[in-house]
Amino acid sequence: MWKDLPLYPEQASTIAQPVDLLYFFLIAVSAFFALVISVLIVIFASKYRKSRPDAKSAHIEGSTLLEVIWTVIPLGLTMVMFAWGTILFFDQARMPADALEFTVTGKQWMWKVQHPTGQREINDLHVPIGKPCRLTMTSEDVIHSYYIPAFRTKQDVVAGRYSELWFEASKLGTYDIYCAEYCGTEHSKMVGKVTVMTQQDYEMWLSGAVANETPVQAGERLFTAMRCITCHNSTSTARGPDLTGQFGKDVRLASGASVNFDAEYVRESILNPAAKTVEGFQAGLMPTYQGQLKEEDILSLIAYLKTLGADKSAQGAAAK
Amino acid sequence: MSDHAHSTTGLVHHFDDIEQQHEAGTLGMWAFLITEVLFFGGLFGAYAVYRSAYPEAFMRASSHLDVDLGGVNTIVLICSSLTMALSVYAAQKGSKRGIIMGLLGTMFFGAIFLGVKVIEYKDKWDHHLVPGDNFIFEGNPGGPEQLYFALYFAMTGVHAFHMIVGMVIICWMIKKAHRGDFTPGHHPLVENFGLYWHFVDIVWIFLFPLLYLIGAHSGSHT
Amino acid sequence: MSSTLHTPAQHASATKGAKERDTYLTADYGWKSWLFTVDHKRIAVLYLISIMVFFLIGGTFALLMRAELMTAKGDLFEAETYNKLFTMHGVVMIFFFLIPSIPAVLGNFLVPIMIGTKDLAFPKINLLSWYIYLVGGGATLYVAITGGLDTGWTFYAPYSSTYANTNVAAAAIAVFITGFSSILTGLNFIVTIHKMRAPGMTWFRMPLFLWAQYATSLIMILGTPVLAITVMLLALERTFHIGIFDPALGGDPVLFQHLFWFYSHPAVYIMILPGMGVISEIVACFSRKRMFGYHFIAFSSLAIAIFGFVVWGHHMFVSGQSAYAGFVFSFLTMLVAIPSAVKVFNWIATLYKGQVSLETPMLYALGFIGLFTIGGVTGLFLAVMGLDRHVHDTYFVVAHFHYVMVGGMVMAFMGGMHFWWSKMFGRKYPEAMGQFAAVVIFVGFNFTFFPQFILGYMGMPRRYHQYNDEFTALNVLSSAGATILGTGFLMTIVYFLWSLKWGQKAPQNQWDAKGLEWEKAQSPPPTFNFEDGERIVVTEDAYAYTYEESHTGSGHEVKK
Repeated sequence: MWKDLPLYPEQASTIAQPVDLLYFFLIAVSAFFALVISVLIVIFASKYRKSRPDAKSAHIEGSTLLEVIWTVIPLGLTMVMFAWGTILFFDQARMPADALEFTVTGKQWMWKVQHPTGQREINDLHVPIGKPCRLTMTSEDVIHSYYIPAFRTKQDVVAGRYSELWFEASKLGTYDIYCAEYCGTEHSKMVGKVTVMTQQDYEMWLSGAVANETPVQAGERLFTAMRCITCHNSTSTARGPDLTGQFGKDVRLASGASVNFDAEYVRESILNPAAKTVEGFQAGLMPTYQGQLKEEDILSLIAYLKTLGADKSAQGAAAK
Repeated sequence: MSDHAHSTTGLVHHFDDIEQQHEAGTLGMWAFLITEVLFFGGLFGAYAVYRSAYPEAFMRASSHLDVDLGGVNTIVLICSSLTMALSVYAAQKGSKRGIIMGLLGTMFFGAIFLGVKVIEYKDKWDHHLVPGDNFIFEGNPGGPEQLYFALYFAMTGVHAFHMIVGMVIICWMIKKAHRGDFTPGHHPLVENFGLYWHFVDIVWIFLFPLLYLIGAHSGSHT
Repeated sequence: MSSTLHTPAQHASATKGAKERDTYLTADYGWKSWLFTVDHKRIAVLYLISIMVFFLIGGTFALLMRAELMTAKGDLFEAETYNKLFTMHGVVMIFFFLIPSIPAVLGNFLVPIMIGTKDLAFPKINLLSWYIYLVGGGATLYVAITGGLDTGWTFYAPYSSTYANTNVAAAAIAVFITGFSSILTGLNFIVTIHKMRAPGMTWFRMPLFLWAQYATSLIMILGTPVLAITVMLLALERTFHIGIFDPALGGDPVLFQHLFWFYSHPAVYIMILPGMGVISEIVACFSRKRMFGYHFIAFSSLAIAIFGFVVWGHHMFVSGQSAYAGFVFSFLTMLVAIPSAVKVFNWIATLYKGQVSLETPMLYALGFIGLFTIGGVTGLFLAVMGLDRHVHDTYFVVAHFHYVMVGGMVMAFMGGMHFWWSKMFGRKYPEAMGQFAAVVIFVGFNFTFFPQFILGYMGMPRRYHQYNDEFTALNVLSSAGATILGTGFLMTIVYFLWSLKWGQKAPQNQWDAKGLEWEKAQSPPPTFNFEDGERIVVTEDAYAYTYEESHTGSGHEVKK
């Protein structure tokens, strides 16, 4: 019978078991208190049941000792929960360095996924087992939330910013993907399946799927096609800052402040170039690309900029 | 049970004495002002978040405000606070003429303030700086600059609304004073209204530097 | 309705030969005497009638939702209709039933009587708050009739500001207006409790219900204006596209969530604190005992009100808020759990060596303690960041807040209504029926909401119109429970209405309870609450029940 009515979803990622363990700890604490309280209510309500209409009760005002006890013990327990849960959360918030990089774009009401090697999927996701996968996500419209119960993970997907999520699948099989943040009429249909495969099967699957350009290739193509290269190059007369090797570094701005050259900054600079102009360059020269580039294009450009300076051939291409 | 039984002292039926009634009124007014602080607090919170996200855009957008007009308005409002205080003082002295003069003065300065505000709003409208689909900032559709103007209109608009409400109440109080309702002594109505008016002024004292002065020295536009 | 209420005194009076005295119900007749009343008790009755209307509307929406969720496929309603149902259920229940229920009905009725005065400090403002409530409620019904609202009661931008096709601006204005009704109620209570206590009624002689109302009022005047400005910005954004929450213009949709929860998390305490106050009164009376740890309960109400303001970010652990902010919010949320736990333990300790009797109000109170405990500890699951990543926005959240709101607040409201029913209307409800209905509601409630905890952990997201087949069994169980729950509420409403005309006449102090409302005011009280000209002077602490001598100080510390 319990087989038909499981109490927790399948544990299909490395994080699932630790999360369930914490869950069982909280259940145990909760059940203990709920039990103590109900038993006490039943005992007191029957033992001290009013005997006769004029019966009088004992004169008890309170007890500071008891108050201290039942303040300190719950406080201690909640601190354990807090520490445990926070450690788990921070583990999930720190992105692993060697992960496969996926991009996810949410829109009403579908998930668009692109693999590191360029393959695209709608709603579904195929991942290899035992490899950390990192999802960089954004939304084209309202807030969505990428949720895989079997992996015990979830992250809101917000327009105008990038959110990240990672997991390492630990069990072969097919599991549900849901949109967890209410996003409009077809919210409950914004669902898909994640398939966990062996590395071999994953590679087979990749070769079977239509391989598009990789995000880096697409980014390079766009970088040329949108004529970014005309201003953003390493010549001394360049009207825009050279972007080679900049990604991840701090950049000084005209205002004197400095900003980290990260995905958010690249996105802002493409869509609203005047917001944060790099020191030594004229503000207002670069036009906005709002409406000309799709969210996926921007994600590709970011992927490309990350490689600039990291490898020589790409740098050569940029400087040409 | 349809209305309060007003005794000659103005004591309302459910209070023990006039002192309790006055204290209740004053505490009620302070509690209301705390509510108002939180009400504006939401706007100031939004302002703080966006200004720290887009400091340069806010400076650029702010330089399109007219500091001179804003400065004049600040002085005008401080004058209105002075006349309001004089009116409260006159109420304590029991000078009917003093109350009315003070209120009229407050009304006068309040009207000047709103008049200047209308000129400023009109100017923003003419320059397509009213947020919405027609917004144009230095030739662009404008991003965070539009946020600045949205906050500018929301904050000064809510502030101006408070002034208008205040001026309606002033009219009512002038009528009461004219009728001779304010005998010498303690006048919670005048005093509590004074608190309200000073609060509205203080809000402006915060709005003026936050909205007008952050971009004033950035040059190109005066 | 009003004709039932003024049942003239044609029945022989049960009170010892006294001539019929005027009560607040019979002091004046006609609809004008109600609609223009400034009597806090009549306003309480006006509120009672109006919140019951909204409760029935919101409850109907809930039952329709549960009907849809009987099957995995979305077959009963269109997705759009279902979305409107849960949105309207949330908006109506939260803003028009839960928030005003105890403060505006029981609080309005009891605060002045309990502190020994004739009325609230600002009677006209009190009446104004009811009219504001009606205008807000009317606007909401207008929205419901003209196409509904489908944003969820949380109004998250940018869906609400840009993408929804329903009348969001009107709904935002309705919420904005209603907010002022609760601000005015809170203001009135604060001033009344500060300035109008009868001689001798010191702060620490006040019944705990008043402490709870006071703490609630603080939240009302501090939190509500922020909600007001937030929905105002939302309405502006919606109407004029000014960019406040629009990412395309640099706006931040997450800012909306911050502003929204800055009010809406404390609002949860607006809903539960007054309920805790009611439970303290009931437990003391039906144990015939002074509240165990009076000071601790009183201060825990204030602690909840204060800490409640600094925990809003726990709604946003996975929203993109920084992990460090989440760290702080998670920690603070742990702290706010403690005062609630302290209350629960004190209630139970009050039963110890008491004289416990189990009339309907006490059944609700004991039910409250159990259900609120479950609601409270499951809140910890959500406040622990590592777990929240999994259960956030699932049915686990739905189950948790229904345990607090329905299992907590509604149970307390029901308990309070039974406890003070005879004080309000001078007639007793049928006791056996009351006890039966309380058990039905308790059972129905658990059947409805307990399965939702499991659904949530299994991963069923909230606000889903259709779901995977594996969730069917638990959903059917939940829907079945909802019918039992609904039946329980209907029974209660029917016998309450019945008792207005045919209920047994109640004596002044039906429960032989302590407190000015029982000892000094008749049932129902006259317009000015106490005997003409009687000046109330308080000489003893709250809950001064008489005790058995031998037990005084038997090993327990007796506080002065």
